[in-house]
Amino acid sequence: MAKQKNYGMVIDTRVCVGCSACVYACKSENSVPDGYCRDWVIQETNGTFPKLRMENRSERCQHCANAPCVTYCPTGASHYAEDGTVQINRSRCTGCKACIAACPYDARYVHPKGFVDKCSLCKHRTEQGLETACVSVCPTKSLNLVDLNEHEGTAQQMMNGKEVYRQKEHAGTNPSLYWISASNKPGA
Amino acid sequence: MSHGQDFSRRDFIKISSLFLAGSAAMSTQIGRTFNGSGDALAATGEERVVHSICEHCFWRCGIAAHVRDGKIYKITGSEHHPLSNGRLCPRGTGGIGQIYDPDRLAHPLIRERKGGTTTYRKASWDEAITLTAEKLYQIKEKYGPEAIAMMHHGYGYTFFKQMFHAFGVNKFAKPSYDFCCGPRHQGYILTYGHSAGTPEGIDIQNSRYVIFFGTHYGENMHNTAVQEIAEGIRRGLKIVVFDPRFSTLAGKAEKWLPIKAGTDIAMMQALMHVLISENLYDKEFVEENTVGFNELWDEVREMTPEKAATITDIPADDIRDIARNFARYAPAAAVHPGRRTQWYADGTQRVRAIAILNALVGNYKMPGGVVKYQKYNIAKPDAHPHPHFEKEIWSKYPLFTDIKPENTIASHEIIQQTLQDEIKAWFVYGVNVPETVTMGRKTAIEAMNKVEFLVAVDTLPMEVTGYADVVLPECTYLERYDDLDAGRPYRTPFVALRQPVVEPMFDSKPGNEIARMMAEKLDLHGVFPDSVETYLDNRLKKEGSSLEEVKKTGVLLGKPTDLYRKPGEKLKFKTPSGKIELASSKMKDAGFDAVPKYVAQDEAPNGYYRILTGRKPMLTFGRTANNRFLGDLPTAKENEIWVNPDIASQHRLEHGEYVHLKNQAGVVSEFPIKVKVTERIRKDAVYMVHGFGHYFKKLNHAYARGASHNELISKSEIDTTVGAVGFQNNFVTFIKEA
Repeated sequence: MAKQKNYGMVIDTRVCVGCSACVYACKSENSVPDGYCRDWVIQETNGTFPKLRMENRSERCQHCANAPCVTYCPTGASHYAEDGTVQINRSRCTGCKACIAACPYDARYVHPKGFVDKCSLCKHRTEQGLETACVSVCPTKSLNLVDLNEHEGTAQQMMNGKEVYRQKEHAGTNPSLYWISASNKPGA
Repeated sequence: MSHGQDFSRRDFIKISSLFLAGSAAMSTQIGRTFNGSGDALAATGEERVVHSICEHCFWRCGIAAHVRDGKIYKITGSEHHPLSNGRLCPRGTGGIGQIYDPDRLAHPLIRERKGGTTTYRKASWDEAITLTAEKLYQIKEKYGPEAIAMMHHGYGYTFFKQMFHAFGVNKFAKPSYDFCCGPRHQGYILTYGHSAGTPEGIDIQNSRYVIFFGTHYGENMHNTAVQEIAEGIRRGLKIVVFDPRFSTLAGKAEKWLPIKAGTDIAMMQALMHVLISENLYDKEFVEENTVGFNELWDEVREMTPEKAATITDIPADDIRDIARNFARYAPAAAVHPGRRTQWYADGTQRVRAIAILNALVGNYKMPGGVVKYQKYNIAKPDAHPHPHFEKEIWSKYPLFTDIKPENTIASHEIIQQTLQDEIKAWFVYGVNVPETVTMGRKTAIEAMNKVEFLVAVDTLPMEVTGYADVVLPECTYLERYDDLDAGRPYRTPFVALRQPVVEPMFDSKPGNEIARMMAEKLDLHGVFPDSVETYLDNRLKKEGSSLEEVKKTGVLLGKPTDLYRKPGEKLKFKTPSGKIELASSKMKDAGFDAVPKYVAQDEAPNGYYRILTGRKPMLTFGRTANNRFLGDLPTAKENEIWVNPDIASQHRLEHGEYVHLKNQAGVVSEFPIKVKVTERIRKDAVYMVHGFGHYFKKLNHAYARGASHNELISKSEIDTTVGAVGFQNNFVTFIKEA
């Protein structure tokens, strides 16, 4: 039997230019309604003139291994899928927003139709062996879909020797998104 | 006819919403894309994919348009096309926002005057084409073919050009020549004998050190360029950025140097000075392959890093370090030619200075340096005979391009010749003149009020269509064939096809049909084969392929370019001397400086700031201004004025507040603009993205969003070498909301 998948992402902020192609690709792939998005882009600048630093990041649900949204969902709508992602069963969702309050990453919104929605890591595509819409459109290859169960896999190779972080690890969420910091020296 | 001489234009007329696509009768055809009612997970319909090319910018990437239930629901990058490699920029994905724009022009319109009021009325195609042909014919008979000019932007113009050629008219201008491609193209040709290229011939993914001067790289989202620089960064590319603003690219740089705007040539001269005075340049290459080294040294001898430091605001030590690093990493190092190169009156010389810096380090045809891509040598279509043209080039500027057939005159010259009564008719294809032409909004409107007959071909009711006598609604690039895209050199040379993904909506028609109808009406038979499919098929059959074959992937590929110099290879350049011209003989012969000189620019009046302009990655100016899909993101909704914190505090401006801008000539922006207080800009400049602040209410989405940059241009300066226009000697201050 093939080993079970555990999908995550390695996001290389060194190359991201913040173009937001990922956001638009997601919106059309997943019919995200006007005024909402499942992923978004942050352009963060620090320092004072002329010593400035910048990081561009495409953010989304972190598909945590210990996800507060799953813990706090009263109906079981938010759940772990067999591929390591966190999914929402729309027919079970009552739109109570407990998950929205629990998510430290602000990754969820209430769909106008009443259920809570967020990044699914394009499960309908990965099931067919395709990459997510955001990963496949990304012109800089900043976004990379990885299988964290692949021990000598591409994820490790991409991150080796570089400064890598995860967001809000102190929240104990064990997120599946890894970020290659923009502060890495060229060619690190 | 209702267009007699007494017809006093040309107050801009509102196009009644009855004739636009969003009226009640049309609303069933649109809107589904935007309310999210289609669901990728639930959909069951058959899906088909059509490979074509994008039209959101001139890069023209390959796209894959995905159709379900007869509607395009997403657009992705074509995996077959070398400029997209399966990936796409945000604007490319936004084609659905253009085709399903509820404000689209739905029917031909004719301007009419009844009882003292002027309005548009819906017309049949035959009526609109008849009127257009009649008026153009009369104007040509009365004033000669030189009284007719076409302004165009976008790839669909080629059929109109063929039609006009057959008619005897060859006065064509693409406004982007004036401030972007003209100086860049000619500056490189004068130096190397070939263009800098689109995509630009810099082997960036193999480069170790690239210097940029004020480009919007990344923010301009040219797909392949961004793909290549990302690959370069992964491989260890070091980036240096000179820019008064901490751009996205500056955010990737090893070093950002906040240079004083308008002093680039001084900086380039200082870099040359260090390369030469410290013997860091590639002597052998320069001796063998260039002319004019002594003249160059005479010019830059005085521009020491210390002197340049006082001009540019960059410390002399930094200038030395950068010149030394550039030489150290050469030949795998380059200075990037940039885009939108005309800022002041010296754009061509500035591009020449960039080309010269590259030549000095001998990076030509070297890995990581300047390279010359090949294009796919497809046979030209058989040209229909045309009457003798009085002139091949109408521009009065001596070094105006003579090898870019889309331009025979600069667009600002069309404005001027109109104001001087020499041009009587405009045929405007996809150019929103008041917001595009570089002489500023006011002059453009004066000219539009003066011209006797104006035809606008467009997909949306742009402001220019409100000044037109006839409005011809073209369908979008997703609904039509255009000519083959075969002119551009790249790593893998290609021919690309634009083909319809879905049928034209409403009563819109493809440009190829509109041009054909006009040709027939003007009695110019045989200009076009019986159908556009036959035309394309004939062209492709000559290449051993066919339309049917190319429709499958959208491309025909050539052999990858042999990029690099062989050891001992003799280089030849198509310049008068056959060498790289550090000192340009053509410049000299035409009475200009043979070597780029630094000229000081205007200083801001007290309390005013130089206005810099640029791009947002998800937008391409007017082309996307009304695109609701792209405009949905908070970052895309409006432009902002970037202000340094010290300046904001002097003017008591708060981050996020709205102000009006007033320029040095007293022009106040029509709409207010949001203040962005940021460390990312020098104290002597402000920055705003171009393409916002639309005046036209029929652009329901774009109207009054942000402020117009073009309206704040009161001073334009002509680069008299190639006929380009610079407009960065304009300054603004802030008017706080009452």
